[in-house]
Amino acid sequence: MAATAPHDAADEATAVHAAGGVSRTMRILVPVIMLALVVIAWWGIVIAYQIPRYILPSPADVAVAMVTDWPILGRSLLNTLWTTFAALALALTGGVALAILMAQSKWIELALYPYAVILQVTPIVAIAPLILIYAPSTEFALLLCAWIVAFFPVLSNTTAGLKSVDHNLLDLFQLYGASRWRTLWYLQIPAALPFFLAGLKIAGGLALIAAVVAEFAAGSAGAGSGLAFRLLESQYRLNIPRLFAALILLSLTGVVIFAMTSLVSHLLLRRWHESALPRDR
Amino acid sequence: MRPGGAQAAALASSPSAAGETPADGRAGAPIVRLAGVGKRFANGVTALAGLDLTVRQGEFLSLLGPSGCGKSTALRIIAGLADPSSGTVEWSRDTGGGVPGAHDIGFVFQEPTLMPWATVFANVWLPLRLKGVSRHSARDDVMGALALVGLDRFADAYPRELSGGMKMRVSIARALVTRPRILLMDEPFAALDEITRQRLNDDLLAIKVRLGTTVVFVTHSVFESAYLSTRIVVMAARPGRLLETIDVTAPLPRGQDFRMSALYHEACEETSRALQAAIVTAGDSHL
Repeated sequence: MAATAPHDAADEATAVHAAGGVSRTMRILVPVIMLALVVIAWWGIVIAYQIPRYILPSPADVAVAMVTDWPILGRSLLNTLWTTFAALALALTGGVALAILMAQSKWIELALYPYAVILQVTPIVAIAPLILIYAPSTEFALLLCAWIVAFFPVLSNTTAGLKSVDHNLLDLFQLYGASRWRTLWYLQIPAALPFFLAGLKIAGGLALIAAVVAEFAAGSAGAGSGLAFRLLESQYRLNIPRLFAALILLSLTGVVIFAMTSLVSHLLLRRWHESALPRDR
Repeated sequence: MRPGGAQAAALASSPSAAGETPADGRAGAPIVRLAGVGKRFANGVTALAGLDLTVRQGEFLSLLGPSGCGKSTALRIIAGLADPSSGTVEWSRDTGGGVPGAHDIGFVFQEPTLMPWATVFANVWLPLRLKGVSRHSARDDVMGALALVGLDRFADAYPRELSGGMKMRVSIARALVTRPRILLMDEPFAALDEITRQRLNDDLLAIKVRLGTTVVFVTHSVFESAYLSTRIVVMAARPGRLLETIDVTAPLPRGQDFRMSALYHEACEETSRALQAAIVTAGDSHL
């Protein structure tokens, strides 16, 4: 008893430290058990009420569809992923570049910001048909739609970050005669980083949503079609198990994007920013 | 922690400490002279009107006064962070005539004003980095400045890991790393607790004597100004102007003995009376 007690205490201490009161195993176990319960309940309802497959498929039907339709779904997933990540990459470069440009001069900001706002507030579904007419290819149109939606949070957050620099630090840079370039590089960009990363998290989710919305609007079939098109197609054909499978793939994609952006944010901020630090109790 | 350590020697041999400066705080030749300096902000508020003030080599000068007397504005004008609306700021010949080089001036703000994403080392390196000095070449100067404030062991820490007093020490090290001739401090210890504040006061005086730096110190504390200063300038508000000048003749550095001395208590009394007059003059019934 006397020999085990300190060991237990140490174990407990590390567990509490790791998860703020909830042990690491429980943090994984609880969501997994919850998921199992939901799937079992779903299955139970389908069996108990004898719901036909074309209204609500059982988990097994969805799993079968996922495996047998994988050649189709996998290719569509790749297409959607490509649109999403290409749009996100362009949104990041464009948003950051424009934010830095606008931070350099009040005139540039006055001239450009209204258009950024107009692009953002006009629903993308409303612009998509026009874009489809003018764009040289459907692929390009999808990319453009996703870019328009994902770019604004990056722009507005980075702009806010570049402006939120401590005024005393700006005075200090002025005192030491720092050039505009050095002030930007040593002061404004690091200060804007947490804001930019918050924008990145939003933009990651929005890029996927916009890619799906654009596909709905474009409705392109054939080799270039993504998961959203498979959703529509499955609905028309009453292939509900495949619809569910496509939906699950979309959700997983969204979760993975969120996890990735959160990880990037954590890695970049963990040394110094309040948002990444555990609170001492 | 007391300032000191082997690396401090590098800073102690700075040119400003060599000979011509009376290290104990006796005033030497004028460094900067404000003549008829006024400041009117865009919103119509007159922060300063006709301020005449000469800062002399080697002195510890405090600017004391009620809120709105323009003491911080005067400091910012000396630093070149604000332009006077009227009057002139004249630097002595040996700072190169008109405008001093950026590195002749050190500035310490009311808040530590550190970059949270940078280590203590990188924060202190900043003034040299902005001058184009590499991390490697700056190393001795940065570590010397950190040793001076007793924080050389914390070079790799981030600001969030430090206490309020330690952050302020880093801020002081950063201001000293360029070995400025004149150190401008804008109520640097106002947010600190009394014990930390007293220790920082003693350490600041020790550093000042060691480096021979001239200090202009803005404060609203009678006791702090009487303890630190060789000269106290009491200012009145609305409009901000110089009301009275009090000399505190005890040599620097000072210690617990000085705190108990009649001289200190006289200085406190005289300063208090002047400050009271400043408040009455401004008609600040709401203070």
